[in-house]
Amino acid sequence: MIELVARLGRTGLRKLEAFGLAGIILMQSLIARPAPTVMFPLVVKQIHFVGVLSLIIIVVSGLFIGMVLGLQGYTILVDYGSEQAVGQMVALSLVRELAPVVTALLFAGRAGSALTAEIGLMKATEQLSSLEMIGVDPLRRIIAPRFWAGFICLPVLATIFSLVGILGGAFVGIDWLGIYEGSFWSNMQNSVDFREDVLNGLIKAVVFGFVVTWIAVFQGYDCVPTSEGISEATTKTVVYASLSVLGLDFILTALMFGDI
Amino acid sequence: MEQFDDVIIDIQKLSFSRGDRAIYKNVDIQIPRGKITAIMGPSGTGKTTLLKLIGGQLRPESGSIFIDGKDIPRLGRRELFEMRARMGMLFQSGALFTDISVFENVAFPLRIHTDLSEEMIRDVVLMKLHAVGLRGARDLMPSELSGGMARRVALARAIALDPDIVMYDEPFTGQDPIAMGVLVNLIRRLNRALGHTSIIVSHDIQETLAIADYIYLISDSEVIARGTPEEMASESSQKVRQFIQGLPDGPVPFHFPAADYQADLLQDS
Ligand SMILES: Nc1ncnc2c1ncn2[C@@H]1O[C@H](COP(=O)(O)OP(=O)(O)OP(=O)(O)O)[C@@H](O)[C@H]1O
Ligand SMILES: [Mg+2]
Repeated sequence: MIELVARLGRTGLRKLEAFGLAGIILMQSLIARPAPTVMFPLVVKQIHFVGVLSLIIIVVSGLFIGMVLGLQGYTILVDYGSEQAVGQMVALSLVRELAPVVTALLFAGRAGSALTAEIGLMKATEQLSSLEMIGVDPLRRIIAPRFWAGFICLPVLATIFSLVGILGGAFVGIDWLGIYEGSFWSNMQNSVDFREDVLNGLIKAVVFGFVVTWIAVFQGYDCVPTSEGISEATTKTVVYASLSVLGLDFILTALMFGDI
Repeated sequence: MEQFDDVIIDIQKLSFSRGDRAIYKNVDIQIPRGKITAIMGPSGTGKTTLLKLIGGQLRPESGSIFIDGKDIPRLGRRELFEMRARMGMLFQSGALFTDISVFENVAFPLRIHTDLSEEMIRDVVLMKLHAVGLRGARDLMPSELSGGMARRVALARAIALDPDIVMYDEPFTGQDPIAMGVLVNLIRRLNRALGHTSIIVSHDIQETLAIADYIYLISDSEVIARGTPEEMASESSQKVRQFIQGLPDGPVPFHFPAADYQADLLQDS
């Protein structure tokens, strides 16, 4: 029993220590950034890696999820004779929930794991040490641009996800199931509020982008520099990032929409 | 034990351990300015660790490492990075940046620390690559190089800025006899012509004896012998003779610290 408590305490302390270290790394890479002229091309390059290369998976998933929403919404709403509300339902569920959450989950799997593996491998092959010896802080040169890129990309990707999803829903609803086009769109326009829905969805995406990228770069920077260490860190990135996204989503939703 | 006229790196009472294993215990090492100093010793004694201590990547448990009067472990982050701009280090694994070409790897320190024009950078990079015989490989990516080539590119990168202090961690490993001869000459020439202080970690006794001005032999957390190559060659101590002649039996342990062999084998698992 005592043993159990002791072990719990030790694990807790270790987690706390890791969290503190992650915080320090975050602060150092964000505060002390190099001159904009150096930073800008690095960030652009990373945006290409984590953002542009994630586009395909985001667009395809957005399209299918939008189509499924359209289909499901129709089969439920048609019983009440209110199938014109499909547009509203698709748009609201995408903008408020599905776009930020699913994008963040896909982003964790596609870009987060790649970030962790890349940084971990740089550590294992002493590239980070060698940067330090050249007199460049790897936190600024390697971690910071990746962090900013993830932070910038996720809201953009989530927005694209929403747009494509709505198009998918419209395709199923209007072209396939024959909902009247005018009421589909006007219903959607009337019910989606910019501040309440679009802005809150974007805030979620920004928070998720921050958390997922933070976890990914920290796991890479902190990994044990061996092949097992890197594979373990990659797994951790996906698991921790996904769980944090889902947990945070609940908290954010409660804060944003809970007091109605 | 001789005293040097001009010491650039002065290590005093250095102690460092990994876990329970002491790597250094109260070690004093002086590196003379403008000379080639070799650090030798059995595998796993902590030669690479020593270079990392000098570069400020590891902190000693106690003791000081003075470079030109500045104590490395006590420097702030900025001062440390300034100090490192004066050092070049060839890592044991090469440690080239895998996402940029050979040319960009060598150009990297120049771009960071100088305002040279693109043309000048090109000239310097090609000169350094030419010196290691790889001018023709400038457009290759590090993944397309052989082990020995990668190490030579890393060497070119380490000397790109003409640093005051160059640390070579096993520069000769994996080189064919021709490249080996070229590298030995290159290191000597850099040292004589430009006055670099060089620290070489190496297991190649003949090459090292040939170019080093001074040699430290490290084993069991201590400096077991120090002196010029001539002094080392005529050293009567058994440990030194064993190492220099490469004999498996003797006072210098070949094995990582372990329980008695026989007892280990007989022990039931
Ligand atoms: N990151 C690390 N964590 C724990 N122990 C380490 C680490 N790196 C090295 N060691 C230990 O420190 C000791 C010295 O290592 P070091 O790399 O300095 O040896 P070396 O003298 O350079 O050996 P070699 O000639 O084989 O390169 C070794 O016994 C090794 O087990
Ligand atoms: Mg070594």
